[in-house]
Amino acid sequence: MTWLVNILNLSIKSHRFKLVWLGAFIILLFILPLFSGDYLLYMVMQMAILCLLSYSVNLLLGNTGLLSFGQAGFYACGAYACGKVLLAGTSLLPGIIIGVAVAAIVAIILAFFCVRHTAIYFAMITLAFGMMIFSLTQKWVDFTGGDDGLIGIPRASLNFFYIFNIKMDTIPAYYYFVIVATLIAIYILYRILNSPLGLIFQGIRDSETRVSFVGISVRKSRLICFTIAGIYAGLGGALLAPLEQTITPSASHWIASTDPIIATLLGGMYNFSGPIVGSVIYFLLKDIIVRLTMNWMLVLGIIIIILVLTFRGGVMGAFRAYLLPWLKSRLGKEHKNG
Amino acid sequence: MSNFIFQALNGLSSAMFLWLVAAGLTVAFGVCGILNVAHGSLYMMGAYFAFTSFQILGLNFWLSLVFALIGAGIIGFLMERFFLRRIYDQPIEFQLILTFAFILVFDNLTKMIWGTMLIIPTMPSLFQGTIPIVGRPFPIYNLFIIFAGIAVGLIIWVILKKTWWGMKLRAAVSQREMANAIGINIPTLFTAAFVFAALLAAIGGALSTPIRVCDSGVGGAVIIPAFVVTVIGGLGSLKGAFVGALIIGVISALCTLYIPFIELFILYLIMAVVLIIRPQGLFGGER
Repeated sequence: MTWLVNILNLSIKSHRFKLVWLGAFIILLFILPLFSGDYLLYMVMQMAILCLLSYSVNLLLGNTGLLSFGQAGFYACGAYACGKVLLAGTSLLPGIIIGVAVAAIVAIILAFFCVRHTAIYFAMITLAFGMMIFSLTQKWVDFTGGDDGLIGIPRASLNFFYIFNIKMDTIPAYYYFVIVATLIAIYILYRILNSPLGLIFQGIRDSETRVSFVGISVRKSRLICFTIAGIYAGLGGALLAPLEQTITPSASHWIASTDPIIATLLGGMYNFSGPIVGSVIYFLLKDIIVRLTMNWMLVLGIIIIILVLTFRGGVMGAFRAYLLPWLKSRLGKEHKNG
Repeated sequence: MSNFIFQALNGLSSAMFLWLVAAGLTVAFGVCGILNVAHGSLYMMGAYFAFTSFQILGLNFWLSLVFALIGAGIIGFLMERFFLRRIYDQPIEFQLILTFAFILVFDNLTKMIWGTMLIIPTMPSLFQGTIPIVGRPFPIYNLFIIFAGIAVGLIIWVILKKTWWGMKLRAAVSQREMANAIGINIPTLFTAAFVFAALLAAIGGALSTPIRVCDSGVGGAVIIPAFVVTVIGGLGSLKGAFVGALIIGVISALCTLYIPFIELFILYLIMAVVLIIRPQGLFGGER
């Protein structure tokens, strides 16, 4: 068992070894279409989109300490804008870009009002704005299609100035697009969070007063954080529109905002990989529980209650705090005896 | 004009449901400092208990109200004693997420016990019929709701201002440590306050069954307007909850009549504007 101990030690300590795990994970993602069916690919795409949304939530919650009940609003902005553009008959990229841009603009405008508040008032004002967007998507029938939503959004081909033109109508083709977009987005976020700006975000979470004493504008940093969060939610929505090919108002309801919150909590909100782990577990859990019992909401509710009362760090937090030391001591003993 | 008055009266009666839910929400927040997202589920449980005892067991209307109160009171007690008590000192995010999980649990439990159908019991014979107001038939039951809402408001006022328990509660809200020092048992008081809040929600739910749609998803649907009301009135302020409920109830009824397309939008717009201009709400003190 010596090799296992070494691998464990290395994967905790060595940055390079973490990269090996990451590389293996990415290669798995890329070769997945070779041996899996469309359903699994569809699931992975949904996980990727939930993952973007969870990063959007966690950027506010885990890094700046603000719980938003309105991220679904930006998600819907991205989805509806992308759907509208694609329905007009453009290629894929303009749809995605305009979707993200619309979400970003809405986020910047709302950020001015939201960042003045913290804690409960922040949750309430994001809820109010999210539900305003919901009521628009539901009632502005001429533009959004009302309760029916936008129907028949084409999965347009990826077309770039006659340089290349890739058809996106099959599931595997679109799968590669979603995975690449998600990976790039996550990498950019990783760089942001490890930059001075990311440190400021964490500083605000831990002590707002100290950050302002250092001479940094808390308000301005929150504004940037809120806008980035809006962009990530918008990207998730923009990727969703061509995947589902229909968008309904329920995407912007506050209940939709709770999915990424739960996923983040499951994965662990003080850990960069938390949202990824959380989204994967959330989808698998839902898929498994739904197959076993009709009462998946009950099971999910109980899981969340247990998580909040015991492991607030989520799966990744529990892994670091309990499982890893236990495994190490366990394997270490065997190593000594053997 | 008669349209206006009639619809405003309708708004008043729906405002009373908002008031009953918001009152419990604001009591739980004001005393325990917890914003209970699952408060709507307590309303729903009240409705289901009342429906069961009235329609299935065939008890009389008042007795079924009592039954609903007892049931929701027990649920409130269990929730506070075993779950919420453990997270009073946690950041507000965890409280919101934990109580949200209770929505999932309660929704699913009602589905398991009562099925997914809508519950629409018959109107108790006492309240059948209408009386003419501005030349139109206005249901007696709606009138009863308006009076019941005001009566509950008066009862709360008497309990808080005139009874010994109410004084202890107010003492605990304004100076928790001092109240503890002079021998008030704060944890017990918190449990009692939360049960009190659950009872208020249950009255609302129980009274709603004859005229409003109730199914297993109503807990999540009723809580958001209640948030709007409490935020407008000021979190933790009972007077604010009452005035907020009147404002929202009447405005939303009138908007349904004149500008039905943006009714929802206007409600949330009011909430957002209040939060931007006066975050502590109309009647909230210093936050």
